Amino acid sequence: MSPNPATIDLARAVERWEPVIGLEVHAQCTTRSKMFCGCRADYAGLAPNTNTCPTCLGLPGALPVANGEAIRMTVLTGLALQSQIPPRSKFDRKNYFYPDLPKGYQISQFDLPLCVGGWLEFEVAGVERAVRITRVHLEEDAGKLVHPAELHRADFSLVDLNRAGVPLMEIVGEPDLRSPQEARAYLVALRQLLLYLGVCDGNMEEGSLRCDANISLRPRGTEALGARTEVKNLNSFRILQRALEQEVLRQAARLEAGETLHPETRGWSEAEATTVAQRSKEEADDYRYFPDPDLPPIVLEPAFVDALRGELPELPRARALRLRQTHGLSAEEARQLTQLPGEADYFERTVSAGAPATLAANWQVNELAGLCQRAHRTVESSGLPPERLAALLHLVDSRAVSAPTAKELLAEAIASGADPADLVEVRGLRQVSDEGALAEAVDRSIAAQPKAARDYQAGNDRALGALVGQVMAATRGRADARIVTRLLQARLPRDPGP
Amino acid sequence: MSWLLRPLAEQAAALRTGQVTSTALVEEALGRIAQLDGALGAFLRVTVDLARRQAAEADRRLAVEGEGAPDLCGIPVAIKDVLCTEGVETTAASRILAGFVPPYTATAVRRLAEAGAVSLGKCNCDEFAMGSSTENSAYQLTRNPHAPDRVPGGSSGGSAAAVAAGLAPAALGTDTGGSIRQPAALCGVVGFKPTYGRVSRYGLIAFASSLDQVGPFTRTGGDAARIYRTIAGPDPRDATCSPRPVEDPMPTLELGLEGLRLGVPAEYVASGLEPGVQRVFEAACQRLVAAGAQLEPVSLPSTRYALAAYYVIAPAEASSNLARMDGLRFGPGRPGAVTLREQLEGARHLGFGPEVRRRIMLGTYALSRGYYDAYYRRAQQVRTLVAQDFHRAFAGVDAIIAPTSPTVAFRLGERLSDPLAMYQSDVLTVPFSLAGVPAASVPAGLADGLPVGLQVAAPAFADAHCLRVARGVERALGVAEPPDLARRAAP
Ligand SMILES: [Zn+2]
Repeated sequence: MSPNPATIDLARAVERWEPVIGLEVHAQCTTRSKMFCGCRADYAGLAPNTNTCPTCLGLPGALPVANGEAIRMTVLTGLALQSQIPPRSKFDRKNYFYPDLPKGYQISQFDLPLCVGGWLEFEVAGVERAVRITRVHLEEDAGKLVHPAELHRADFSLVDLNRAGVPLMEIVGEPDLRSPQEARAYLVALRQLLLYLGVCDGNMEEGSLRCDANISLRPRGTEALGARTEVKNLNSFRILQRALEQEVLRQAARLEAGETLHPETRGWSEAEATTVAQRSKEEADDYRYFPDPDLPPIVLEPAFVDALRGELPELPRARALRLRQTHGLSAEEARQLTQLPGEADYFERTVSAGAPATLAANWQVNELAGLCQRAHRTVESSGLPPERLAALLHLVDSRAVSAPTAKELLAEAIASGADPADLVEVRGLRQVSDEGALAEAVDRSIAAQPKAARDYQAGNDRALGALVGQVMAATRGRADARIVTRLLQARLPRDPGP
Repeated sequence: MSWLLRPLAEQAAALRTGQVTSTALVEEALGRIAQLDGALGAFLRVTVDLARRQAAEADRRLAVEGEGAPDLCGIPVAIKDVLCTEGVETTAASRILAGFVPPYTATAVRRLAEAGAVSLGKCNCDEFAMGSSTENSAYQLTRNPHAPDRVPGGSSGGSAAAVAAGLAPAALGTDTGGSIRQPAALCGVVGFKPTYGRVSRYGLIAFASSLDQVGPFTRTGGDAARIYRTIAGPDPRDATCSPRPVEDPMPTLELGLEGLRLGVPAEYVASGLEPGVQRVFEAACQRLVAAGAQLEPVSLPSTRYALAAYYVIAPAEASSNLARMDGLRFGPGRPGAVTLREQLEGARHLGFGPEVRRRIMLGTYALSRGYYDAYYRRAQQVRTLVAQDFHRAFAGVDAIIAPTSPTVAFRLGERLSDPLAMYQSDVLTVPFSLAGVPAASVPAGLADGLPVGLQVAAPAFADAHCLRVARGVERALGVAEPPDLARRAAP
């Protein structure tokens, strides 16, 4: 009997055993059409098997024609990952039978992928890491088997080929990751890169970004690799990390019980909150790869590759560095503002529309981001153009509007699409900074809370808050809190200290 | 003489002068099919209604466009059953595709239809074009019009027999290792396999994708040129189809053989020809010289490995191409199957004939891990050597001539139990297929009353030149009069 993995502590396990992890990521390209036919690549919401044609149905006599845009996107991804782009590449057939694979083979790339080598740099808990990239290749997606709930007991499956033939990039990383947390950070960074390149929508829930991991353990301080487990379909950051953690525990327990591990394929079971063995194959797969005779070799002219290199956008890490250097942002602010490609653009447009950089960063990260997330929108689709945010922040900066008022207006702007600076004028929400106008409210506050006034004068700083609060309430939040504080301090002098 | 037995140019001229209508041509063809095809077995399906509709449309078009109408407008043609026709059952002569009605039309067939040609129906062939006698059809035998106890050749035997018997003045076939040229030779008609990549393969049910090519069967070289120029040309639906513009073969077609250097491969005439074939070929050579050609020996040393390489490459590709025949989306499938494995294995076991199964197994084996290098990679290397042989040979000659088949038409059943003997039927045609060059077979004469074909090959994309030489050979040899079965049948 081997010990229950749950009884072994992860921290203890990794003290003795070093995890060796590599990820294989499949990313659907955001092309208009499928990889080898004219059907739409975006099949979301379409009735089953309506997004198909003779080619992606695999009808006899239909032929594939490669989608140049998908090749372009894959090469662009390779360039962003510092890969070599060999001048010649080709498509191969990977032969196997499955009902979701209409031709009985998948068109993929075997020995001459579009992109070879490279690396991806990323950060884990403030530490710089890099994973070497083995290769990036292009292939077609399969269809889907559907088991609707009402058919749960049925003795058949349904096949939906809407997805069959959608271009899929496979990004294979070297086993350079050393912890589940690192694996997660790598996948986050890779997704961020794909979003910056605009080659994948990164939606893991809907399967446009999918991840398989291989993991083995070895005694710390040793080099030889242990028997590795392949864990399939880790389709969220959370599941990736949890599945790998469970796998570390499971393998460590087996190894500590003196067992010899064998290579196997496992999958994540949400119900059991652990990985479970998948049906093991009696013999090694033989996909009988051979060059697809329907598709001529791909020749990538150096001029084409150079032109693509020129099209590379500023990538997240370079962008974060530039935001720090140009706008004086903190590392954390820069990191937050470069998570999605549109965010840094939005920030810079806000700044160029006149908002102070630190204020703009602060408001975008701490206020706008949260509002957008709750509304299931991005800053770009928030309905608030950066120019309007800049106008509002200008009012905040010049103390014409108080921060609490500005926050409320921002929320309203996201909800209704209104221009917050307009609302300030229409509703007369300009902050009251006129000392004469505030003096009366200050006096009333002192008169109403004599104890607080005395406490403050006796040295209790916190008592001032109650006095300020009453003035703010009386002015419906429009009073400039800084001026109110100064007026109160002037009215309630303290004894000079010894 | 029946209009159907005359050259296409004469039929086209008669259609324009009103001497004959497309409807009359088509009715005559349908009549001959009704009269003769029961015994011959050339057609799997005769699309009578479609043919009549297309003929009526062609007649309207001829009336409106007159001389401006395409030269094939109103001409009846027959189509090998591996070429998809929208709305018409297309089976590749296999049970596994019984009932398959494609929702699209093969590019070559579509181009004929757009030119106004009238499709009579689908011709029998070996199942998935695998065979050299048409005996591998899951549905019926096709007999040689010259000798009903003999095969028409294959795999496009139905198309060859239909043209030879005058059921259609022209037919489309496909050639992977000789499937147009060998049946053309055995049936005494002209067959032309264009350069690989010259005619779109879109809608052609694939046997071996890197070798398959669509081409015509006709009674004359000129007719072959007319069909060829109509079906050839770039097609965005086939990535292996060349974007080069097509050279019109008609202007150079009648230039003859005067001064041309014709290479005769030493390896071909030395080995294994039937004495009758040898005699006809030698006699033909003398007449070509008399017509002004200069014969020169050429060497194609890798030829001796070509057949072996072909029977690795073609089955390997076929094993993958036929994987889509799983009975799930088309075909009768496997009624009553419970598990996926039962469904797949059942559909394929019931659906494929023995030769197709044999080639799938051969091909699967050749691609398997551990064997790939020894078989598939090796065979591709041989293919490169064969292509280099031709490249070298064509540097010194204008065209290469050779017998098309080492034998005349053999008896039905004679080679059915001996696959290797059957594979030998392709020994003289396969090298040209591996090299991808254009090659025609032209009737060269009779041996013991049975047709012998002479093969003419030219460099890749010199299809117009190949047709010119084929036409020159045809003129030098005199076109053998094909048997008029209608006359024979009705004394
Ligand atoms: Zn499609």
